Amino acid sequence: MVDAETFDAADWRPAPLLPARDGREKSLVLVVAVLSFLACLTVFVGVAADRAAGGWGRELKASATVQVRPSHGETPAESAARAAEALAAVPGVREARGLDKAEAEKLVEPWLGEGALPDDLPLPRLVAVELDPAAPATSEALTQALASAGVDASLDDHSRWLKEVERAGVVARTVAILACALTAACCAAVIAFATRQGLAARREVVEVLHLTGAEDSFVASLFQRRFAGLAFRSGLYGALAAALLAAAARLLGGEEGITPALPFAWIDLAAVLPCPLLAALTAAVSARRTAMSILGAEV
Amino acid sequence: MNLHAPLPPESAEAANPVVRLEGVGLRYGRAAEVLRDIDMSLAPGSFHFLTGASGAGKSSLLKMIYLAQRPSRGLVSLFGQDIATTPRRGLHALRRRIGVVFQEFRLLDHLSAFDNAALPLRIAKEAPEAYRADVAELLGWVGLGGRMHAMPPTLSGGEKQRLAIARAVVARPEIILADEPTGNVDPEMGARLMRLFIELNRLGTTVLIASHDQNLIARSGQPVLHLEGGRLREGV
Repeated sequence: MVDAETFDAADWRPAPLLPARDGREKSLVLVVAVLSFLACLTVFVGVAADRAAGGWGRELKASATVQVRPSHGETPAESAARAAEALAAVPGVREARGLDKAEAEKLVEPWLGEGALPDDLPLPRLVAVELDPAAPATSEALTQALASAGVDASLDDHSRWLKEVERAGVVARTVAILACALTAACCAAVIAFATRQGLAARREVVEVLHLTGAEDSFVASLFQRRFAGLAFRSGLYGALAAALLAAAARLLGGEEGITPALPFAWIDLAAVLPCPLLAALTAAVSARRTAMSILGAEV
Repeated sequence: MNLHAPLPPESAEAANPVVRLEGVGLRYGRAAEVLRDIDMSLAPGSFHFLTGASGAGKSSLLKMIYLAQRPSRGLVSLFGQDIATTPRRGLHALRRRIGVVFQEFRLLDHLSAFDNAALPLRIAKEAPEAYRADVAELLGWVGLGGRMHAMPPTLSGGEKQRLAIARAVVARPEIILADEPTGNVDPEMGARLMRLFIELNRLGTTVLIASHDQNLIARSGQPVLHLEGGRLREGV
C-alpha cells in the first residue's frame, strides 16, 4: 500500500470499476481461443478448397476433347490428324493434338487394367484441344470447324465437369462460412453465459453503481469492454495458433500444402487477421445485449 | 414537513416537496406489510431524523426513497416525479440527485478510498481534473486524508462509515439519506459528521437521517419522524 504522504490527487487515475479478472476467466479465454482456432482452420480449408476448385475450373475451361470416328475409308489415325488440323485453325485454339493408340489405351487403363485390351478392339481416337484462356474458342466454332472438314466427331467441352467443380467450390465456401457463423454463435453464447455469471458474481458492485446513478448502459458497457478485451486476446491466441499450424503445413508440404486438393499460399495466413476483431465484436454485442436484458428486468 | 394532512396550498416549498409519499404500503412477498399508510413529505432544505425500534421499517422507508424498492401501494414522488410512472431509464437521473449513506456502507472493496469517494462524480461523467482536488479535500475533512489509497477491507468500521458519508455528499446531492451514519464512530467524530450534515443542510440540501441515537437527536433539535409498527407518526 502507498503511504498517505505519497498520495497526490493530481496523479490519481480512475481505477477499473469492475473487480480485476478472476480465475474463472482463464477458462473463458481457453474456450474462446479454441473456437477462434477452429474458425481460422475452417477459413484456411475454405480458402484452399476454393483455390483448388478455381484451378480445376480454369484447367477445364481451357481445354476440350474431341472423339473422332473414322470415315471416308480413313484409318483412325488419319481421321484424328485431319480433325486436329481443322481445330488448330480455329481462332482461340492454342494447340490441337491427336492422341495415339498408346495414349488412348492409357486413358482407359484405370477401368480395364493394363494390357487387358485385345489388339483388334477398335478404340475411338481422341484429339486433345488446348484453348487460349484469354479468349477461348466456343464449342460452336469447334463443332463448325469439324463439320466443315467433314470429320465425324463429337466434342466434349468439359462443361458438365466444370459445373460440378464450380458447385464444389460453392459448397466449400458455403460450408466454411456456415462453420464460421456457427463458431461465432457459439462464442456469443459462451460470452452471454459468462456475462450472466459476471453480473451475478458482481451483484453488489452493480447495485452500488445503480444506486449511485449509473444508467443500465453504463453498467453494460463495463461488461462489454471487459469481455470484448478478453475475446480480443483469446481470438489473437487462437488465430496465432492456427496461423502457426498452417505455416507448418506450408513449409512441410510446399506450394501444394498438405495435399494438392487443398493448395495453400503464404498470403492465406492473412485470413486470420480479422479473427481477434471479430471475436471482440461478437463478445461486445453479446455481453451488452445480455447485460441490458438482465438489468432491464430489475426494479 | 406534513404528516397525515393535506399540504397548505399557499406554501410554495411544501407544494413542491423533494419527497412525497401518500398512502404508501410495502410488503416483501406475501408477508404482512412492513410499512402501512405512510403519508409524508419533505420540503426542500428541511432536516429530519427518522427513528423507531429495530425492524420498525426505517431502512425499508429509506430504500423506497432512494429507489432501491418500489412500494406495494400508494404514491412515491421524488422531485415532483411519480416514480410509478417514471420509466426505468429515467430513474438514474433521480438517483444522481440523492446521496445515500447505507447502514452497511456498501463500499466497493476493489477500489481505493479515493476511488470510492469519487464514484458518484465519475458516474456523472465529470472530468477527473474537475473534482480530484475536491475529493481529496473532502476526504481530509472526514479524517481520511491519510487513507486515500487504502482499500475498504483495511479500514476500520468508523473509517468505512466516514468514507461512505464522503461518497454520499461528494456530488452535492439535493437530498441526503443516511442510515445510522454515526453508529460506528466515536462521539467526537459523530459530532463532526453531524456538523457536516448541518452545514450541507444550511446550503439547501434536504437531509433525512435514520438513527437510534436519542442523545444525538435531542441535541440537534431537529424534527423527528417516528416509525412504529410500520406506521409513521411525528415525534419531538
